[in-house]
Amino acid sequence: MTEPLFVITDRPISVEDVMKKVMRPEAGAVAVFAGTVREWTNGKRTLFLQYEAYVSMAEKMLAQIGAEIAEKWPGAKTAITHRIGRLEIGDIAVVIAVSSPHRAEAYEANRYAIERIKQIVPIWKKEQWEDGSAWVGDQLETTAYPSGKPEVSEE
Amino acid sequence: MIRLLFFAHLGEQIGEREVMWPHVPETVKQLKDEVEERYGVSLGRVMTAVNEEYARDESPLHAGDTVAFIPPVSGG
Repeated sequence: MTEPLFVITDRPISVEDVMKKVMRPEAGAVAVFAGTVREWTNGKRTLFLQYEAYVSMAEKMLAQIGAEIAEKWPGAKTAITHRIGRLEIGDIAVVIAVSSPHRAEAYEANRYAIERIKQIVPIWKKEQWEDGSAWVGDQLETTAYPSGKPEVSEE
Repeated sequence: MIRLLFFAHLGEQIGEREVMWPHVPETVKQLKDEVEERYGVSLGRVMTAVNEEYARDESPLHAGDTVAFIPPVSGG
């Protein structure tokens, strides 16, 4: 049985396992991105993070991002794993691997994937600081959805 | 009857992650109004998904639907 390419997990992520899912003879490049838990943000210290997801829909949205990439960069293959639950400083929260025949597409598509994750995938991060905690998407107040729906395409 | 799901700060404010809602409003917008009134929460910046697909305010609702209220996301 083939392993799923788009996964939400509450276990530590193996970068190599995600990378291996997209390696194939047609590929001359694999770009791998790891998002990690940062301790300091604008002078404020994070103790740990709690990630929550609407798991079934989040996996569907990750697969949608993979499909968008295959359409925009033909020949590119994508695998994404995002971790949820409690994560400590330095832990890997997300790994994105994109393989393609040549390196330019792999780099571009990988960057596209992380930006899309931050737009459409139902995952939330709760910051735990020394003096309190907050759900990040709630606090920034920079994103609004007047139509009740995010834009489906970036273009 | 429809099934409502609340995530992140919404789940904490409402005190429930999942609620069975006996009334089936015609549209997502009407449901949002009812939920705001019932729980005293603001859904102005909240997206909705009906059966795991993002929906618009004017999207119709049917008995048996699962409606998720999705605050601005912060994955990655």
